Amino acid sequence: MQDTYFRSGRKWHLGREWHLVLPAAFRASIPVLLGYTTLGLAFGLTLVAAGLPWWLSPVMAVFIFAGAAQFMAIGLLQSGAGLLEIALLTLLLNGRHAVYGLSLLGPFRSAGKWKPYLIFGLTDETYGLLTTVKAPPQVDQTKFFAAVTGLNQSYWVIGCTAGSLVGSALTFDTTGLDFALTALFIVLLVEQIRAVKQWEPYLAAALACVIALAVSPRNFLLVALTIATGILALLRGKIEQRDKPRRDESGGAQESTEAGWPDRRGSAGGGA
Amino acid sequence: MSYFLLAVLVMTAVTYFTRAVPFLFFAKRQPPSLLGFLQKYLPLVVMVILVFASYKDIDYGAAPFGIPALVAGAATALLHFWKRNVLLSIVGGTALYMALIRVL
Repeated sequence: MQDTYFRSGRKWHLGREWHLVLPAAFRASIPVLLGYTTLGLAFGLTLVAAGLPWWLSPVMAVFIFAGAAQFMAIGLLQSGAGLLEIALLTLLLNGRHAVYGLSLLGPFRSAGKWKPYLIFGLTDETYGLLTTVKAPPQVDQTKFFAAVTGLNQSYWVIGCTAGSLVGSALTFDTTGLDFALTALFIVLLVEQIRAVKQWEPYLAAALACVIALAVSPRNFLLVALTIATGILALLRGKIEQRDKPRRDESGGAQESTEAGWPDRRGSAGGGA
Repeated sequence: MSYFLLAVLVMTAVTYFTRAVPFLFFAKRQPPSLLGFLQKYLPLVVMVILVFASYKDIDYGAAPFGIPALVAGAATALLHFWKRNVLLSIVGGTALYMALIRVL
């Protein structure tokens, strides 16, 4: 039906398809709209309160597009951290992204020219959406994915830009506003505490903090993260042994969202 | 300024790399199981360390003895355990901190 109806021009046909894709993608992305604009706003405000130039906020939102790493960068840039340290910390912090793509290998295989952007946009939230939300039947999946990713990033860019602009325009005393950064890390820690019930990872982190503080307070983050990763790897056998029943549950939950694609993510965690 | 731009460039490249890893290396073979293990527990470890880092430079020996940060931090955590609303927790904790440093 579409072919006969729209054969008058390819351009118009494309326009018609986006016309279908965008509303569906927008509906799917509404939860992210709320989260990204408010968190982006907090990021922009914190960045300006830390004494960094306002334009860094939109530039980071456009090119980096990673919430936790951007927040971490505020402290690093403020203290003039070295580029190598920034690179390693970003690698460790965003290392979790290195497995997100596993469950999207199949769906992205036919993404063509959109693939580089879809990979670029794989934040925690975008990953969550792309692995749970389905494209409407008459809509091309790649375009739907691209629209969701693009909308998500636009929310983030709008939030970050608005935050730093509002922050620079504020005339009242903003001393203490940078506590938002600490508060965000605490919130993310609470989310992790809800999920991780083993005590070994906590021990690894606490031990690493104490050692790093004693050994090298100047490169604290880098030293602590390296030590913690090492301890974690050493305790792996012990942690995974007790982790088995819970992992089976999560593997089952993943399957239902990923019908048709082998659950690469679950098997990655399965120690195969 | 060029330092900021270089830092953004580095972070852009590294972040893109982490997201591209599965497509670059694991499209045809299984990833090492250590990677799956680390991605599960590293976020917790990173957050513990980042929270610790936020508190390590406070002078606990002089007034107000780090009380604003400790109280506001505890309030943020409790608020988040209770309501689990990211925005509420961050705004509430930060507002409490800004009030405390002006009062104490």
